[in-house]
Parts: sequence; structure tokens; C-alpha cells
Amino acid sequence: MPIRFASKPGLPPHRTKSGCAGGPGLVAYITVGDPDLATTHNIARAAIDAGADVLELGVPFSDPLADGPVIQRASERALRNGTRLHDVLALAAGLRIERPGAGLIIFTYYNPVLRFGLENFCAAAEQAGVDGVLVTDMIVEEAAEYLDALHRHRLAPIFLAAPTSPDARLERIAAVSQGFVYAISRTGITGAQESLTADAEQLVRRLRRFTNLPIAVGFGISSPEHFAAVGEFADAAVVGSALVATIEQAGPKDAPSSVARFIQGLRGGIREPAVPAR
Amino acid sequence: MAAATANRIAGRFGPYGGRYVPETLVAALDELEHAYAEAQADPDFHLKLDSLLRDYAGRPTPLYFASRLTESLGGAKIYLKREDLLHTGAHKINNCLGQALLAVRMGKKRIIAETGAGQHGVATATVCALFGLDCVVYMGEEDMRRQELNVYRMRMLGAEVRPVSSGSRTLKDAINEAMRDWVTNVRTTHYLLGSVLGAHPYPTMVRDFHRVIGREARQQILEKENRLPTAIIACVGGGSNAIGAFYEFIPDKEVRLIGVEAGGRGSALGEHAARFSGGSPGVLQGTYSYVLQDENGQIALTHSVSAGLDYASIGPEHAALHDSVRAEYTSATDAQALDATLRLARTEGIIPALESAHAVAECIRIAPTLNPRDILLVNISGRGDKDMGILARELSLSGA
Repeated sequence: MPIRFASKPGLPPHRTKSGCAGGPGLVAYITVGDPDLATTHNIARAAIDAGADVLELGVPFSDPLADGPVIQRASERALRNGTRLHDVLALAAGLRIERPGAGLIIFTYYNPVLRFGLENFCAAAEQAGVDGVLVTDMIVEEAAEYLDALHRHRLAPIFLAAPTSPDARLERIAAVSQGFVYAISRTGITGAQESLTADAEQLVRRLRRFTNLPIAVGFGISSPEHFAAVGEFADAAVVGSALVATIEQAGPKDAPSSVARFIQGLRGGIREPAVPAR
Repeated sequence: MAAATANRIAGRFGPYGGRYVPETLVAALDELEHAYAEAQADPDFHLKLDSLLRDYAGRPTPLYFASRLTESLGGAKIYLKREDLLHTGAHKINNCLGQALLAVRMGKKRIIAETGAGQHGVATATVCALFGLDCVVYMGEEDMRRQELNVYRMRMLGAEVRPVSSGSRTLKDAINEAMRDWVTNVRTTHYLLGSVLGAHPYPTMVRDFHRVIGREARQQILEKENRLPTAIIACVGGGSNAIGAFYEFIPDKEVRLIGVEAGGRGSALGEHAARFSGGSPGVLQGTYSYVLQDENGQIALTHSVSAGLDYASIGPEHAALHDSVRAEYTSATDAQALDATLRLARTEGIIPALESAHAVAECIRIAPTLNPRDILLVNISGRGDKDMGILARELSLSGA
């Protein structure tokens, strides 16, 4: 199960002195099918080669109520192309063969999974070599059957933890999570912001009491400064909207190289990419 | 179904309902659930709410015997529950008063809401003016265009109306935008959801605030007829007026409960909002219920002449009532609703909202098939003033 953060060798990673091991791990979110499936495939390889440890493959959904305008637009473009959950799983299967060391997560709203069939989805994801699943609108109280299915197919359940989650919830979230825990940096929807709030660090500190899993901080991380700042207190940073915006601006031909440059830029002077981008 | 056994949270109706939301909102939903439970146990809360419903909103609403409509249809006796006579022109005020009192108890000073036809938006703007709360209402651009009068009313009352341009620019898209606002401002803001939709506790709480409709109607029909009606008929968008009208009658097995969905202009996906005939169980906007969706689980577009019924899902308690066959669900087309509006206007001097006209259409359809001993009780959930633009165009009424 390659959900590993290269810069943090030897779990539990939080015991690594933060900030000195080449910056935090990097989780890269992309909406599959934006601008088209072939380009997404190229973008995914470029992101991994540029230093992303884990890829979140976003399933486009018609009503992405947790997402800001950037990912909403990406979902609309992907749906106009006819992108389906099948396509996301097929992409994952290809990447698993081509880039065996990368962590692969399916990132989705629940309804496309329900429609596909929870069991069918988990079986297909396992078959494709997917490592974990994050369902944006799935909370621990509703997750009994969902967790059973993921466990049967050796998929890591990844849950969101929010600044508004009280300690008792964080404990439950930590108890059922595998792979890593995704800490939301602030109340709000996905999208870039000027600066990180104190919410993120406080949340990570609270979460630490309940888990040895790596903690990835996401929502609003868009600059090398944010990335380095997250490295001071968390194991990994999730970059989503900023990457999707880069793809939107670059257009299909230049998107993979733009994404690679963006990821290398995040690392800044911290670390050379593990494998040079093509 | 997948969600059927994950029955750990209150707020399940059979397999339906539950809480499918981003983690950020869970604490606020817990807080609301807790505040609502406390309020329910507090006699002072009930005194305040009852007094507002009576002196401010105008309850109880009359149960009116529609003698000319009855005569013209030549079958069952028809009674109309006149929610259209309430302050702000629809049943929505019942729920808004209740939730506004809760928001005040929770110390939330900012209210957000979604609206389709604008009736819930107007009722929300009204209670915010009454309680001195900040008010932001999300409304699809298409709905703002077709229910413009209600946009003026909300702005007159001091609310900020924010246009929503995503998707089909109707109710579903307004809910998405309201959820995005809530997830961002959850610490200071109460989301005053306007139907029996969304995550627990909304479907239960909103139902409870509308139960007064059926409670009054049951007492009124017993006073007038000394027996229960043959059937209760109500339109169903999210389903708040219908569940309010039905709820007290659920134990009365001999009373048929008939919900009327929007049949729109055709039976193809995208041309209507008939969730039970065209949809299947799924998760949309926090709850598990019947949803109009394609084979990939993407939510379908909907159409109805009435903005308030133009929505891809339906309250989870209706889904359970449907599956248990305790309630029946049918649909009326745009054309039938327009005909029913005209007919009620010309026989009784009552112009119903286009939403409520769907219930009237079903009444017109079945009354002649019943006999004079039968009683139909139709919930007129709102008045049609807001629809005059559409009615003038569709019915070719001439103006100045």
C-alpha cells in the first residue's frame, strides 16, 4: 500500500523532526477528465514525476457542494467530456502499472459510488490497484457499511477532520482512518487563500493526540510559503485548487509541464524532485 | 441499498435520511439538533412560537368548503386548507418562525437560506426583519427571473438576494451555494433550510414545525363533518407542506395521503420533477432519498412551471411513506396545473400558487370518480400572486 511520504521515511512520520527532512509530503488533487482523459493521464504522470507522493483522482460530480469555483468549473468540463467513475478507475489502473510507487486515492462525492454500487466500486478499485478512498460527504457515523466494503477490498478509508470537529469526533475519525488523515485547514470550501489560518496548526495538534498516522493538511494551499509552513507542523500538504487552476490556465498541451513546474516550485529550494519531469 | 444498514444516526425514515455532509458541518448539525431538543422540552419556546403563529402569522388557517368547485366536479366534497392566507402568502412561515427562534437561542446573528419559488426566501427575510437578524438568500437566476416579485419582496424586507448561476440555476443550485456559505461561516451562521430536506435534523425539525397544518385540519374536518376525509392531497417539491398536512393523519389508515409531484412537460429525464416515477435512491445535499439521476450517479436537470417543485430529490420521510405504501404519489403536468389554477380562480375566487395548483389538479382528476360521501382535503400551500407574470403569459391574460 504505497501511501508513503517520501520526505518522511520511517513511520510514524510525525516523529521525524518536521521541517528538516525535505519539507512535507505532497498530495496532489486533480479532477479526472479535465480538460480530457488523455491529458489527465499525462498530468498525473507529470505530477508524480515532479514529486507528488500521493495523487487524489477526483471524480467529477454535478453538485460539488464542498468545492469552490475552480473545482466546480473543472467538474463541469470533465462531465461535458462524459467522464465517468469507470474512467477514473481505468486511469488509476494505468498509473498503478506505470508509477508503482505513487499513492493513488479516489476522491469523490458519495452518489456516483452508490450508483456504481458500493461493493462493485470497491472491487473495481482494488482490482485497479487503488490505495485509498476519500468520500467528501461521508462522515464516520454513516460509514459502517462503507468501512466494511473498503476493508474487504484492502482500501484505506481516508476521512476529513475539520477545525470545527470536537476532540471526541477527531478520536473517532482517527480510529477508522488508514493511510493518512486529511486535516482541513479552515472552515470553508476548496480554493486558494492568501494565508494559512491558525486553525490548521491547532487542528493538527489536536489530531496528533489520537493518531500515529501521517496528517495531511489541505484546503487553500497554493504557494511555496504555505507548503513550507505546513511542513512545520504536519506530515504532508494537499494541493488541489491551485493545481486545477494551473491546468485551466495552461490548456491541454501545456498542462502537464505547467503542473510539473508548479509542483517543483512548491518544493522551492527545499528538495529536488525524486524523478525529473519529462 | 448501501445506506440501509448504517443506521447509527437518528433521523432515519426506514433506510432514508441520515447525514451525508462535509465534516465541517457536523458540529453545527449536532448543535442544532441539541438546541432543537432543548427547545422542544421548553414550555416557553412553545408559548413564544404559538403566540407568533397566532398573532403574527395568522393561525389557525381556515378549512374552507369549496362548494362551487365541488358542485362543478360532481363527486367528492372538497375542502381547502387555506395556508395561502398566512402572512407572507404560504405555509413556509411556520418553519421560519420556529427556526428563527432557535437561531436566537443559539446566539446566531446571521441567517442564510435557499429559495426556489421565493416563498421560503420571503418568509426567511420576514422573520429576519422581525428578529433583527442579517439575512442572505440564495436563489437561482432562472427562479429570480420567473419569481421576480418575490425578489423585490425579499429586498424590501432587507435581505440580500444572491443570484446563483450554476447548473440549471434553480433550487438545487441555490442549496449548493447556501451549503458552501454555511461551511465557510458555520460558526456564526444558521442555515434556515426551507424544506424537509438535507441532513438530520432538518427533515424531522422542519416537519415538526409544519405539523400544525394537519393538526388543525384534522380538528376542523371533525368539527365540520364529524368524520375524517377520504384523502388529503398536497403538492410535493421537497415536501414540507405535504408532510405537515399528512403527518397527523398517518395513524388514520383509512385516510389516503396523496402527494402530487411536478410532471412538467414530458416523461423524459430533465423534463419533469417526478422523483418516484423517474428517480432512484441516492444521496443529494445531505440526505439519502429518491433522486433524479443518470446512470453514472450525476444529478439530472429538472423542469416544472412551478419553481417550488422544480427539484431533483424529495424529503426522505416521503421516500419512506412511498415505499411503505402509506402515502401515494402521483404527478400533474404543467398544463394541468395551469388549468387547475384558472379553474380554482373562476369557481372559488382563489388564485393558488402554481405549486399548490398541482394538488388542485389531482383533486379535479379524482373528485368526479368519488361519490358525495367522500371528502377531499386539499392543502392550498400558497397563494398565486407571485405567479401572475407566468399566468398572464401562459393563459394569455391581457394587461394595460
